[in-house]
Amino acid sequence: MKQKKEGSAKKQVQYKGIPAAPGIVIGKVHIFGTEDIMPSERSIPESQIPYEVTRLKDAMEQTQKEILVIERKISREMGVEHGRIFSAHLLVLEDSVLVQEVIARLKKRKKNIEIIFTEVLDKYINVLSEAKDEYLRDRISDISDVGKRILRNLLGAEEKSLGELEEKAVVIAYDLSPSDTAIMHKGRVLGFATDIGGRTSHTAIMAKSLEIPAVVGLESITDQVKNGDQVILDGTHGVVIVNPTKTLLAKYEKEQKRYLHLERDLVEIKTLLGETLDGKRIIVAGNIELPEDVASVISHGAEGIGLYRTEYFYMNRRDLPNEEEQFNAYKSVAMRIKPRCVIVRTLDLGGDKFLSQLDIPREMNPFLGWRAIRFCLARPDIFKSQLRAILKASAYGNLKLMYPMISGLDEYWQANSLLEDVKKELRKEGQDFNEDIPVGVMIEVPSAAIISDILAKEVDFFSIGTNDLIQYALAVDRVNEKIAYLYEPAHPAVLKLIKMVIDNGHKENIPVGLCGEMAGDISLTMVLLGLGLDEFSTSPIAVPEIKKIVRSVSYADAQEIANVALTFKTGREVQKYARGKLRELVPDIAIELE
Amino acid sequence: MLIKKELTVKNKSGLHARPAALFVQIANKFDSDITIIKEEHEVNGKSIMGILMLAAEKGAKVTIIADGDDAEAALEELSEILLHDIEDEKVL
Repeated sequence: MKQKKEGSAKKQVQYKGIPAAPGIVIGKVHIFGTEDIMPSERSIPESQIPYEVTRLKDAMEQTQKEILVIERKISREMGVEHGRIFSAHLLVLEDSVLVQEVIARLKKRKKNIEIIFTEVLDKYINVLSEAKDEYLRDRISDISDVGKRILRNLLGAEEKSLGELEEKAVVIAYDLSPSDTAIMHKGRVLGFATDIGGRTSHTAIMAKSLEIPAVVGLESITDQVKNGDQVILDGTHGVVIVNPTKTLLAKYEKEQKRYLHLERDLVEIKTLLGETLDGKRIIVAGNIELPEDVASVISHGAEGIGLYRTEYFYMNRRDLPNEEEQFNAYKSVAMRIKPRCVIVRTLDLGGDKFLSQLDIPREMNPFLGWRAIRFCLARPDIFKSQLRAILKASAYGNLKLMYPMISGLDEYWQANSLLEDVKKELRKEGQDFNEDIPVGVMIEVPSAAIISDILAKEVDFFSIGTNDLIQYALAVDRVNEKIAYLYEPAHPAVLKLIKMVIDNGHKENIPVGLCGEMAGDISLTMVLLGLGLDEFSTSPIAVPEIKKIVRSVSYADAQEIANVALTFKTGREVQKYARGKLRELVPDIAIELE
Repeated sequence: MLIKKELTVKNKSGLHARPAALFVQIANKFDSDITIIKEEHEVNGKSIMGILMLAAEKGAKVTIIADGDDAEAALEELSEILLHDIEDEKVL
C-alpha cells in the first residue's frame, strides 16, 4: 500500500474512475482502512507450533461466525442472491488445503502464525492478480477480505466497521471488501470511492443495489485526499472532485437537486408512454454497454434499447471473446427487454477505443482511420462471429442489427453479404434465428447523411450518431480540450444534416432515431422532436426527463419550434431560443438548465 | 478405487466464480480424494483456492481424478458442473 503524502494547498483536483453506482453526493472525506494490519514478525520455538495452529483454527472459526452473521443479514435485507456472495468466503475458511499449506510452512519457517498466514495468502493473491480473466481478478477482494478478518481475529484487533460511522461522510478507501460494503449505513455513508475495483466487483454490484453512489478504479485517490477534505462524488459519470471551487460546487449542488427531483418524478413517468400532447408516439429508449445495464433501462422506464454498444466484450482482456459468450449476452438482453426492441450495434473499435489483443497500429488520425465497419470488413473472422451471435440471439426477442460508420452504400452491401453468408451457415446448421431481422445503419459520417436519400431505399432504419456526426461535420476533435468550444450540437449545419436524414428516412417510410449524447440534451429535445425524430435513445438516467418533455408539448408546437430554430444563423442563437422555449413550456425541467 | 476422466470445460464461465464454488461444495460431499489437472498444474478439487488458481476457462481440457469408495458417483456429479451451464453464475 502507498504512503500518504501531506497535501499542501487546497487545490481542486478531479479524478476519473469507473462509475459503479449512480447519483451525486457532496460531503467530507472519511478515509477508511488505508493502513493494513501489519503483524510484527517473531520466531517461535518448535514446542509452540501446536499452539499457533490452534490460534489459527480459532481465528478461522471466529471469522466463519462473523461471515455467517453478515451473510444472514444481507440475505434478509437484500435478497438471497447477494447473500450468496459470501459462499466463496465461507469456502475459503473451509479450505483444508490452505490450512495444511499454512501448517507446513509454519513448521518450516518457525515464525508466528500471523506472518506465515499472510505469506501464504499473498502467494495466492499474487497468482490471481496475474489472471487474464477480469472476473477472476475481482475475486482478489473476496479472498483478501477473508484474509484480513482472520488476521484481525488472530491479533484480537477490533473490527473497524463502516456500519458505525458517526458522521455523514464520503468514504474513500484503497479497496472496500464486499462485507465492508454490505454493512454500510446508507444514511451515513453518502457515497464511496476506491482506488481499485472493476465494474464486476462485488463492491460495485452491492453499491448499485444499496443505491449508494460510488466510483471505483480511481487508482491513487487515497494518496491525494485527507480526512475532512470536501469532495464531490458523481457516481453517474465516475468522477470525483476534491476541494472543488465554489463555482463547481454550486453547479453540482444544482445537478444533485435535479437528480433527486427526477428520482421522485421517475416513479410516475416510468409507466407512461412517450407521447406528445396531441398523441404522436415517440419512443424514448436507453443506451447500454453491458447486459447488467438492462436493469437501469427498465428502472428508468425506457421503452427499449436504442443502442447496445458491443465493444465492452473486447476491452480489458487479452483474448478475443467467443461467439457463445456474445450470444449469451445478446440473448439475455433480448429476453429481458422483450417485447421491446434492442438495436445491437456491431463492433465499433478504433478511434478512441483501442484493443491490445488485435494489434491495431497507432494512427495519426484514428477517428478517420481503420475503425468500426472498416475494421470489421477487413476482419470477417471477427465480424462473422459477432453476426452469428446476434442472429442466434434474434430467436429470443426483438433484435435489430446496426452497422456503425457507414460512409457509402458499398460498405452496407459488403456487410450485408457477410450477413447473408452467416444466415446460410445457420440455416445449414438448423439454428433458429429471425430471417427478417431489421438491419439499419448509423448515420454518423457526413457523407452518409448527405446520401441518406439513397441509403433510405436500402436499409430498414436510421439511427443518427451525433457524437461522431458533429465531430466530423464541424471538424472538431472531441477529445481536444483547446477546441472543445467549437463542438456545438446546435450548430445550424448539424441541425440541417439531422433534418435531411429524418426527411429522407420518412420519404421511404423508415424510422429515424438518434442515439448520441444530443438525445439526452434537454435543451434540444423539442427541436429534435419537431424535426420529426421517431426515437430518442440516451443514457438511461436521462430517459425520464426526455420523456417528460415529450409528454409536455404537442407535436404541432414542436414543429413550429423546429422551424424557427432552423432559421437562425448560429448555434448560440439556436440554443438561446430553444432554452427559452423549454422555460416557457416545461418550466420545472428548465430549472435544471440554470 | 481410482478413476480418471478427461473432459473439456463446456460451462460458459469456465471453472471459476460460481461453478468453482459449486464444484468445491459438491466435491466435499464425497469421501474420495478429488484432484483436477490442467496442463502441468494439479490441484485438490476440494480446495476453492486451488481451483481458482487453476483458472480453467471454457474450452480448457482438464482431467478429474477421484480416488475412494464413492469415486464413480463423485466423478459423475462433478463432470456435470463442467459440462453444463448453471443459472445465475454472475453471483459467486
